Amino acid sequence: MPSLDQLPLYLKDQIVALFPTPLQPWVGALIAIGTLCALFPALFAFTTVLERKTLARIQNRLGPNRVGPAGFLQFAADGIKSLTKEDIVPRNADRVVHFLAPFVVVVPPLLALAVLPIGRNLVALDLKETGLLYFFAVGASVEVGVFMAGWSGGNKYSLLGAMRALAQLISYELPLILSALTVVMLTGSLSLVSMVEKQSSVNFGGLYSWNVFTPWGALGFLLFLTAAAAEANRSPFDLPEAESEIIAGYFTEYSGFKFALFFLGEYLGLFAVCGLGITLFLGGWLPPFTWLNWVPSWLWFFGKLMCLIFFFVWLRGTLPRLRMDQLMQFAWQFLFPLTLINAFVAGVWHFTASWNFALRWALGAGLLALAYTLLSRPFTQAFPRRTYRFAP
Amino acid sequence: MNAVFALLAGLTLGAALAAVTLRNLVHAALCLALALAGLGLIYIHLEAEFVGLAQILVYVGAVAILIVFAVLLVRGAELPEGRVSRAPWWGAGFTALFAATLLWAVVRSPVIRQATRPAPTVTVRAIGDQLMRDYVVPLQAIGMLLTAATLGAALIALPRRDPNSSAHQPTPP
Amino acid sequence: MTGSGILHGLAETAKNFVGSFTHPAERLVTIEYPEQRQTLPENSRQFPFLVFDGSDPEAGLRCVACQICEKECPPQCIYIIKSKAKKPDFVGKSQFFPAVFDIDLSVCMSCQICVEVCPFDAIKMDQEFELATDDRFDGLLFRKDRLAKPNSHFQKLHPTDATETDTRRAADLEKARAAAAKAAAAAKPATTPVTSPEASNPQPPPPTPQPPM
Repeated sequence: MPSLDQLPLYLKDQIVALFPTPLQPWVGALIAIGTLCALFPALFAFTTVLERKTLARIQNRLGPNRVGPAGFLQFAADGIKSLTKEDIVPRNADRVVHFLAPFVVVVPPLLALAVLPIGRNLVALDLKETGLLYFFAVGASVEVGVFMAGWSGGNKYSLLGAMRALAQLISYELPLILSALTVVMLTGSLSLVSMVEKQSSVNFGGLYSWNVFTPWGALGFLLFLTAAAAEANRSPFDLPEAESEIIAGYFTEYSGFKFALFFLGEYLGLFAVCGLGITLFLGGWLPPFTWLNWVPSWLWFFGKLMCLIFFFVWLRGTLPRLRMDQLMQFAWQFLFPLTLINAFVAGVWHFTASWNFALRWALGAGLLALAYTLLSRPFTQAFPRRTYRFAP
Repeated sequence: MNAVFALLAGLTLGAALAAVTLRNLVHAALCLALALAGLGLIYIHLEAEFVGLAQILVYVGAVAILIVFAVLLVRGAELPEGRVSRAPWWGAGFTALFAATLLWAVVRSPVIRQATRPAPTVTVRAIGDQLMRDYVVPLQAIGMLLTAATLGAALIALPRRDPNSSAHQPTPP
Repeated sequence: MTGSGILHGLAETAKNFVGSFTHPAERLVTIEYPEQRQTLPENSRQFPFLVFDGSDPEAGLRCVACQICEKECPPQCIYIIKSKAKKPDFVGKSQFFPAVFDIDLSVCMSCQICVEVCPFDAIKMDQEFELATDDRFDGLLFRKDRLAKPNSHFQKLHPTDATETDTRRAADLEKARAAAAKAAAAAKPATTPVTSPEASNPQPPPPTPQPPM
């Protein structure tokens, strides 16, 4: 009788065993693909409602609460609405590119999700040499889709929105990849499964050594989250798709189901990059303490994923949108140097492995705090604390 | 010559042909991106995963975008009217001659007649070792070249400083 | 320190979020229509209605068809046809009444001028706004039967105004009754030939039954 932790794998093996041997790899692959294609869009549906209700509560109002129990079937209503809307293609639009763009935006995140370890022994595609590189390669393919969407509308504003979105995507790819690179440096492998396993050593009697419990890991995680928000076009980096800005940016000319596909692609990208952050920094499917091992590993992964999604929704409700030049300056003048210094501090951490833990931590944290303060000085000095002539 | 290779090769060749024959420049650029992705897939099929994924990351993720930006900034989405070249038949002749020479060289080379050896298993660690030990000088040279290119691009993009005006440059953020 | 502003902001929104569950009365301002309604202030107004005293909308209707509101209405949405016969009002005096009193709600702009100029406190502002209908001609033309509402409705909607109106009308009734009693007392000694009872008798004629209009 398998444990709850290994139940999905056991079920898959049972189903695969029903088929003849030459077909078994195909059936195994199909089951993995089918599970991913069913699970993450379902999570997407749940997340849209959760986001709307959470944002509403932050903004002192109720979210959708009419459709289904407490409004949680709202995604069904939205889905039906987007399916029944008229699919308008402008006369000046490039029909072939207009049709293909949603697919180029939706398929790469699904490919990227395949390589994330969702639980112990539960990974759809175990690339032992190049797992992380595969993730970033398919992530970069989304950019072509964004361009196709913006250009094919035949509308110069959506083209402008696409250009801005591309500039944002390219600028924030560097901090994203560099902060992931520090983890690769210290793990010694590009395989995501081995990254989780490297974090499974136990110190202090029960605490798993997640990468976020180190100074470079903590800052690296924050940098990764910031870059991830920008890659997924989430507030406060949602200038390319903001309604009050450039109408809807690069998907202005899309209506009905294609718009829903873009929405799906964006959220799937968010899940993929959050999943990667969890794998790299938060210990993947590991619990924080060893005495919590009785909770299934996939439940830990999804719990952490929901926490990160909640954090992103919270961030969306808190911060105003960044302007394009603020966005670019933030990426190039703050995040990028800070990730390089973080990589250096990770190296320092590695070479002081024999030191006392507190001393190591103090050294790493001190170097990073110094770098953070010095790099943020141009930003804070440009906006000194506002003083008023008459108000106290 | 198995089915997967035939499919990938057909995709790559078809996309490359489309990239050079299509009249719409943006379509041609997108087909070029597809051809580069096809090449990456061929590398992956040859079990050179690192090179294949790096090809997709760099070429499709960055170079294709660069080409597309260039096409759009120059507003060249439409081809100029009329004939592009004044002597197309001479060009076709020279190209055919060149292609025939290359093909003859490839067919006559001894490499084709060798039995295919099993591909060496190269780990990413070995690639990294070689880059950092044996090939460190070319690596640093490429790094310096990229730095020079980035600085040059930033210099070109800087706003012109007029020495006669009293207005100063906008301060960072 | 850089980034402290973001942390303060996050704390504030977290307070909002948690407060919406623990203290919904202060943090959640949503009124879930149509299960909950907003309490309207006393002076809010939508469209006019006609007031009647007592329980009979025909006999107790305060409107005497003076047509001042019809003339003063800026978009001219009131249409009145005066009756031929008369009926007594609350002090007993014989007055005309409106045979037809229509207000076109699609024209009415809720300016309340008709209420301000009415000398008889006959037309007041109602607060009902859920009047959507799929018939924009007859559905939005309110006739006398739909416009007439009892004084209790007026007291419920606008207590301050209703109290003031009621006290004033009660005082008028008292004055009229006192005048009638004085006239009756003055008409008692019928033998004195100095004053003819009919000339000095301000007693109103007995109410004649009116045919229903």
